[in-house]
Amino acid sequence: MRAYFNNIFTALITIFVGMKVTLRHLFTPSVTIQYPDVKLPLPERERNRLYVNMDDCIGCDQCARACPVNCIEIETVKSLPGEDLGKTSNGKKKALWVTKFTIDFAKCCYCQLCVFPCPTECIYMTDVYEFSEYDRNNLIYDFATLTPQERQEKIENFRKFSEEKEKQKAKTDKSE
Amino acid sequence: MSVRTEEMVLNMGPQHPSTHGVLRLELTLDGEIITKVVPHIGYLHRCFEKHCEVMSYPQVIPYTDRMDYLAAMGNELGYVIGVEKLLRIQVPERVEYIRVIMAELQRIASHLVAIGTYGADIGAFTPFLYCFRDRERILNLFEITCGARLLYNYIWVGGLSHDLHPDFVRLTKEFIKEFKPNLRELNNLLTYNKIFIDRTANVGILPLETAINFGVTGPMLRASGLKWDLRKDDTYSVYNKFDFDIPIGEGKMGTVGDSWDRYYVRVLEMEESLKIIEQAIETLPDGDVTSAIPKKIKPPVGHVYSRVENPRGELGYFIISDGSTSPFRVKVRAPSFVNLQIMDELCRGHLVADVIAILGSVDIVLGEVDR
Amino acid sequence: MIYDFLNDLTGSPFIAGTITALLPLFAFILPFALFAVLLERKVAGHMQDRLGPMRVGYHGILQTVADIIKLIQKEDIIARNNDKLLFNIAPVLTFAGSYAAFAAIPFSSVFLGANIDLGIFYIIAVTGLVVAGILMAGWASNNKYSLLGAMRSAAQIISYEIPTILVVLSIVMLTGTMSLYDLSESQTSYFWNWYLLGGPEFEIQKFLLIPFMLIGFLIIYISTLAEVNRTPFDIPEAESELVSGYHTEYSGMKFAMFFLAEYANMFAVSAIVVALFLGGYQSPFGYLGNLLNINWLIPLEQFFWFTFKGIFFVFVQMWLRWTLPRLRVDQLMAASWKYLIPIAFFNLLIIGIISIL
Repeated sequence: MRAYFNNIFTALITIFVGMKVTLRHLFTPSVTIQYPDVKLPLPERERNRLYVNMDDCIGCDQCARACPVNCIEIETVKSLPGEDLGKTSNGKKKALWVTKFTIDFAKCCYCQLCVFPCPTECIYMTDVYEFSEYDRNNLIYDFATLTPQERQEKIENFRKFSEEKEKQKAKTDKSE
Repeated sequence: MSVRTEEMVLNMGPQHPSTHGVLRLELTLDGEIITKVVPHIGYLHRCFEKHCEVMSYPQVIPYTDRMDYLAAMGNELGYVIGVEKLLRIQVPERVEYIRVIMAELQRIASHLVAIGTYGADIGAFTPFLYCFRDRERILNLFEITCGARLLYNYIWVGGLSHDLHPDFVRLTKEFIKEFKPNLRELNNLLTYNKIFIDRTANVGILPLETAINFGVTGPMLRASGLKWDLRKDDTYSVYNKFDFDIPIGEGKMGTVGDSWDRYYVRVLEMEESLKIIEQAIETLPDGDVTSAIPKKIKPPVGHVYSRVENPRGELGYFIISDGSTSPFRVKVRAPSFVNLQIMDELCRGHLVADVIAILGSVDIVLGEVDR
Repeated sequence: MIYDFLNDLTGSPFIAGTITALLPLFAFILPFALFAVLLERKVAGHMQDRLGPMRVGYHGILQTVADIIKLIQKEDIIARNNDKLLFNIAPVLTFAGSYAAFAAIPFSSVFLGANIDLGIFYIIAVTGLVVAGILMAGWASNNKYSLLGAMRSAAQIISYEIPTILVVLSIVMLTGTMSLYDLSESQTSYFWNWYLLGGPEFEIQKFLLIPFMLIGFLIIYISTLAEVNRTPFDIPEAESELVSGYHTEYSGMKFAMFFLAEYANMFAVSAIVVALFLGGYQSPFGYLGNLLNINWLIPLEQFFWFTFKGIFFVFVQMWLRWTLPRLRVDQLMAASWKYLIPIAFFNLLIIGIISIL
């Protein structure tokens, strides 16, 4: 009998205690924000969409090799002896034409493993996080700065150059 | 005259609001009483172990994050400790301290989800959002430290990806100060609520012997009354330097090892984690966190089993190295997977509503069950 | 009454009847449901440190209107193996049950659908239709979760009707009337005349009655809460166990009918509690109309007080919902049969003894 009334009593008391808690929260300011109108400031280490500064990229392929999901694809062509590709901001000499540098953000897992090995610090994570797309293919970002014609041209140039070199080599071989 | 009755098979999941992901439970019901529970898993299988065989050692770390995605720091820690054992490298003191702080913050965050969703399973939705509000602050701490909120890739072999943010210590202290009253409030709102106690006490009682026989670990085992915590019993990192208790289930509201005990052990563990964090922050040594990171990770031929106390139990990694840059085999002993086996044992004879209460108290993460 | 007035005005009982019947629907139930859904979401939001709907209109006041428009546009899905006839009737029946209850609810001394002598009896009987509707919905959905929800719901509503009726009986015994109009009229316009505080007769019994009236009030509030399937008694639609119980398979306007019925029911049961214990439409501190000698103001004031009290109790229902976990089936039954019914019964006895003193 005592347990019976004790049950009723504890039930009522705990319900009132709980109701007090929720009532207090009814009048506390909310912790949520109105997202698209108000945005939280992001910390400086925020890891979101990658960005590649192509001016500094030397096409070394280290980021692509570090990537655990293979979302970075890089294709490079050697430059011809006469061509000057300029220098990166930390003084490295560029020697490769980067004909393809795509990152598939549908695959990217934002682990930042590609950022650390980069010798010129040209690939880094930005704080852009709103880049949803209707088509998955739109998530493949191409960072290479060369126009398609230029790319074709560079590949062609290098092919011609190496063919010529082959021929020359064959010639010298023959002459010997 | 007897009425012809038959058993009903009820499919719970994989699309069900409270199977905590894509778990499918095949319930055999006699009326509303459970006679059999068969968990069907594998809807979230992502070939973690096979992937590891073609990844280099550091590349595995982001994958470990994705197993128990609510306690990613703990997963990284277990794996990294294993690889460090293989490499026989010593990491700086500061790194160990930061790892402990992160793992304990992660434990609080993970238990907050466990407790909050448990409340939601039982029908109280408000505590769920209060828990997520507090968890959000922990995630913000992680975010300022490493830039990610859920899948960190923060603990590396031999070190950490970043040092602590300059504001981290101040913000963590603030968080601890504000979290303590919130925990009391949570207890008032949910833990000691009569209805909640009625729903969970004496439901799904797990006797200690059964728990040990099934290999159950973590808060579930402790709720059954065994003081078994790898942080103390097989200490790793710098846990032996801190003073904390291991809460066990006492059957305060019913029997030892019931759902309420499992729930309450988690609440108490959060308080203990707060203690560890407070101590670690007070005695945080200086130093460089990246100095011990090896340039090339190529462990000698051999194998190692490393285990850590994750929020859900003993997380073990068995790593075999063939001397190359990628592991030959990584086998994971996932606590959720092992704990899930107990479902049939616990649920038999209970009502459908209790399945939810029991599943919530087992606290599984499907990412880890299926890997 | 409003029917007599319209009958005199138009001279046609048919028109008068139609208008009287539709008036509560359009003048009250629909606007109330729209308001209550918004209130629910706002209360939930603020109790959980959120804001609730904020997009449509100022602080989201038009959110429910937008929701209704959305629900109207939605495809009406009927699965292949549903029992189509029952599936289509069920939401209508459920709504009809709660709508019919409004016929006897005294909104004010003039706005009263039908002044039935057995008002309270009629309301309790007619809300039984809701059970039939829910059972039909659960059966016709051909879904195990829906069926479980419907079975639970039927058992629950029927067992909780008993404590409700026992408490109603104690009031009826005290007053000797079942008409909600007479009940409200007898609790004249001051709060110390409410039955919660012992009734209008100022005698020694009044003070003896107060604690038992409080107990009766608590019991009827709890059991009506269970009758409308609100937390902590919302197991028929327990979303974490049964997905959404008997209305899992419904979509579009049929779902909206269930929703509307739920909110209409919430007000209906609050109205019963108000009419029985809290003076019905009577003002707690006299009328401004009497003070200023403006007769037409009094019904408006009465309407205001009635809806105010009703909405206050609806708010408490919401408050409870966002505070408490839900009970289990057997505990729900235990709460009714082991706690509410015996207490209500003894309460009835004691009130009976006091009233013959």
